[in-house]
Amino acid sequence: MSQTLLHAEYPVEAEDYTCAGEASADIKRKLKQLGVSSNVLRRVAVASYEVELNLVIHSEGGALTLEVTPEQVTLISRDRGPGIPNLELAMREGWSTASETARSLGFGAGMGLPNMKRNADTFAIDSTVGEGTTIEMGFRLA
Amino acid sequence: MTIADMVRVLHAKVLCGEERLETKVHTACCSDLMSDVLAFVNEKTVLITGLTNAHVLRTADMLDLKCIVFARGKIPGEDILEQADEQGLVVMTTPETAFTACGLLYEAGLRGVPIEWPESEARL
Ligand SMILES: Nc1ncnc2c1ncn2[C@@H]1O[C@H](COP(=O)(O)OP(=O)(O)OP(=O)(O)O)[C@@H](O)[C@H]1O
Ligand SMILES: [Mg+2]
Repeated sequence: MSQTLLHAEYPVEAEDYTCAGEASADIKRKLKQLGVSSNVLRRVAVASYEVELNLVIHSEGGALTLEVTPEQVTLISRDRGPGIPNLELAMREGWSTASETARSLGFGAGMGLPNMKRNADTFAIDSTVGEGTTIEMGFRLA
Repeated sequence: MTIADMVRVLHAKVLCGEERLETKVHTACCSDLMSDVLAFVNEKTVLITGLTNAHVLRTADMLDLKCIVFARGKIPGEDILEQADEQGLVVMTTPETAFTACGLLYEAGLRGVPIEWPESEARL
């Protein structure tokens, strides 16, 4: 096992548009303090913002977990539901079930999940309707 | 071009970051969809948008953007401008529509962000 440099948990509330993005801002700040390169920092920030906003917009609440080792940044999102019925559709660019409220704020392009996958070095999504969704992303440091 | 050049071209009014107008900009992106911005933009990019909410600033923060242009004379709330100033942004408002603002900037030599899909797609 590799030494853990940083471990942090961020609860994210459903439909809390006021605080949405604060976890990602803190994650970015912490990684910057650790001296993570600007390329990785930017990719983590984009993926983190997308995954955090999805928790706010689409989930019933959940949490982000950040873990940093000398080799890798790992970002995990877990939520309490409702789960994604069709993952293939959800991963498609342009597919969105975002509410009017979310759309009026500039979300709902259906680009979030594809953006995460594109920016992370490893991306895994697992979802069960009625239980919830887990997304794990890895960003190599070394 | 510099942000000061943009102010001139767009007949814009600077709302914050007056002291940072000599910053150089390389590319521009016009969108009201934050995921599009997160997908296509880099830190040397100017964002032209009609949205004036806090998420525009948070998106800009994630990407270390330096300048935001609000089209069609939109002016955000005082709290948004304070936050923008803290983030080191230059914020301006132009009376032009987003379309015309883009046209004027393009004519003055500014270009879009090169889209790097193929290369990044190869990492999937
Ligand atoms: N945590 C989640 N729980 C339930 N459904 C989700 C979750 N994350 C994503 N989805 C579903 O997947 C769809 C696609 O998500 P994606 O992030 O790609 O786009 P979006 O959030 O709708 O729009 P954008 O991210 O461009 O603002 C969502 O519209 C939603 O139906
Ligand atoms: Mg999304």
